Amino acid sequence: MAALVALGLAFPLVGHRLEDSVNGLSLGYRFDWVAIGVAAVFFGRLTIGLLGGVPRIAAFDRLKGLRMDWLGWVLAAIAIALPFLPFADRNLIDKATLVLIYVMLGWGLNVVVGLAGLLDLGYVAFYAVGAYSYALLSLYFDLSFWVCLPLAGLFAAGFGVLLGFPVLRLRGDYLAIVTLGFGEIIRVILLNWQSFTGGPNGITSIARPSFFGLVFSADPPEGRMAFHQALGIDYSSLHRVMFLYFLILALALLTNFVTLRLRRLPIGRAWEALREDEIACRALGINPTTTKLSAFAIGAMFGGFAGSFFATRQGFVSPESFTFIESAIVLAIVVLGGMGSQIGVVVAALLLIGLPEWFRDLQLYRMLVFGLAMVAIMLWRPRGLLSHRDPTILLSEMKR
Amino acid sequence: MAYFLQQLVNGVALGAIYGLIAIGYTMVYGIIGMINFAHGEIFMIGAFLSLIALLLIAALGISNVPLALALTLLFAMAFAALYGWTVERLAYRPLRGSQRLAPLISAIGMSIVLQNTVQLLQGARVKPLQPVITGGLVLMEGDGFVVRLSYLQIIIMLLTLALMIGFTWLIHNTTLGRAQRATEQDMTMAALVGIDVDRTISATFVMGAALAAVAGLMVTLYYGVVDFYIGFHAGVKAFTAAVLGGIGSLPGAMLGGLLIGLIEAFWSGYFTIEYKDVAAFAILILVLIFRPTGLLGRPEIEKV
Repeated sequence: MAALVALGLAFPLVGHRLEDSVNGLSLGYRFDWVAIGVAAVFFGRLTIGLLGGVPRIAAFDRLKGLRMDWLGWVLAAIAIALPFLPFADRNLIDKATLVLIYVMLGWGLNVVVGLAGLLDLGYVAFYAVGAYSYALLSLYFDLSFWVCLPLAGLFAAGFGVLLGFPVLRLRGDYLAIVTLGFGEIIRVILLNWQSFTGGPNGITSIARPSFFGLVFSADPPEGRMAFHQALGIDYSSLHRVMFLYFLILALALLTNFVTLRLRRLPIGRAWEALREDEIACRALGINPTTTKLSAFAIGAMFGGFAGSFFATRQGFVSPESFTFIESAIVLAIVVLGGMGSQIGVVVAALLLIGLPEWFRDLQLYRMLVFGLAMVAIMLWRPRGLLSHRDPTILLSEMKR
Repeated sequence: MAYFLQQLVNGVALGAIYGLIAIGYTMVYGIIGMINFAHGEIFMIGAFLSLIALLLIAALGISNVPLALALTLLFAMAFAALYGWTVERLAYRPLRGSQRLAPLISAIGMSIVLQNTVQLLQGARVKPLQPVITGGLVLMEGDGFVVRLSYLQIIIMLLTLALMIGFTWLIHNTTLGRAQRATEQDMTMAALVGIDVDRTISATFVMGAALAAVAGLMVTLYYGVVDFYIGFHAGVKAFTAAVLGGIGSLPGAMLGGLLIGLIEAFWSGYFTIEYKDVAAFAILILVLIFRPTGLLGRPEIEKV
């Protein structure tokens, strides 16, 4: 049965290849591929049938029993120690930095999706606002990274409120499509406002951040001191990579810390209550609009921080970095990690970003594997890798 | 005036295509309440299937254009329907009844998988196709501007109209349609009165995918180019159309599709072509502020 379906699926698309020829298109045939594919599916299905279903992997079930706070500290310790480990080279730190950017984005979005339960498909817009506000501020006003960082956060939060104010009355999926539309609007504007944002070429040569006024370069400009001179060590380009790594680590941990504290505050409680039942919240005197807006603004602010870090790390921003697929990846990290779970975000980011980076040699198959992994993890653990914190009190079966 | 009329014609043809894709979104959303992100990719696969079918039929030596088109249509609909069914079976059915976001993520993953599969199998280059249907009617000549209504546009509009009538009839008058409406209202209750819910949902995906394949064929013929990336953009537009019309409502999806098509055509005709997407989304946001359930959507009754 499965083999028949596979034959049907494979016959047109695998069996034929559109080839460019002199007069337009022609067809190539490769039915041998179809045969191989169908045979593989047939025997695969047979094996699964004989084994009596897909075996459950128990590792993650056990993991649920672990004390999460403990795991968190261990991960943080590993993260801090990473650059000093003997096997850490430039490549590894670069990858770890990338993973950390996504961890931070995931934590930021977690406030919106995981805690407040608002589905946001346009999170990348705030990331873009953060990146571009740093790029533009440093380009036009020559402001340093440290001045721009809070400003970028503020701008992003402002955009969050701007978007949130009119649309937060919408429910669930209407909100999703509006946020998606907003993300696309921001991207299209960035792409077409040539004179201001540089259009598709983006903005190049964005200033690098400094470490308390110490710059990272072999020969510092007049009147500035370079990092290696201040410490009296030899110059190495690795210093900047490590500095960036620690910077994003600090930012990410800050995000985590703030989120964890916010959860304990009345506003955090209100977010979670709102996620569970909006009408009950209203009856209890929680103002849904301001509560949702605050979640939106805070999530957007962290997105903005991550964005300006991204800009300073790349030294280059262009609209291409802010497509919908980025939003989808961040959302996938949050949901796969188990909504509302901070550690889950880290694990999911490691899986989704770290693993494909490892297989970068297989360029073509990377995204395919990424998509398959998304589907597979979701099927295997529908509630996320580490299932999210349920409300403490449950009266009866929850409404779906 | 002539220019206006031309944009109107273009807008309606484009809107018909969006509307056909939007129906797939709206039906799936109506029944299981999920955004089927892979639907845009099904549309893209439909476009590729029709391209392959056209070439295959040409290779078989059938040179009668209407017959060839009809065969292509059937071929694309059948195989796209199979894709729709498989996606539902593999990626969504196991997740039924779990948390709301799980199928959404699975759908996004599925869409990435389909997109990259096609890219790997068919190559990343844009596939051009020589126009199959040429010629058209001249509606009006004035101010040195000729308003053209091509045969292709006529075919698109008529086919869409026929499919719309057919589907409305199917939803309202057949057992399957009744089962679908019942499942939409209450899945548990429908199961209790003896409706095979799983099969009904599968049928919905199959129908949506078949319609998307029709849209895929139309786009292939209309624009003459196909690449593996068209699915995302068309998908977002069509979903916007579905929401604009009021998600879950069939005439709403068609109306939304037409509106989005018209907005795009007029915006690119009178203002700048770059910002046509911005215009479409801005109007969506405006409509949703004043009518949070879309133009034809039923207001949701909240029960405590």
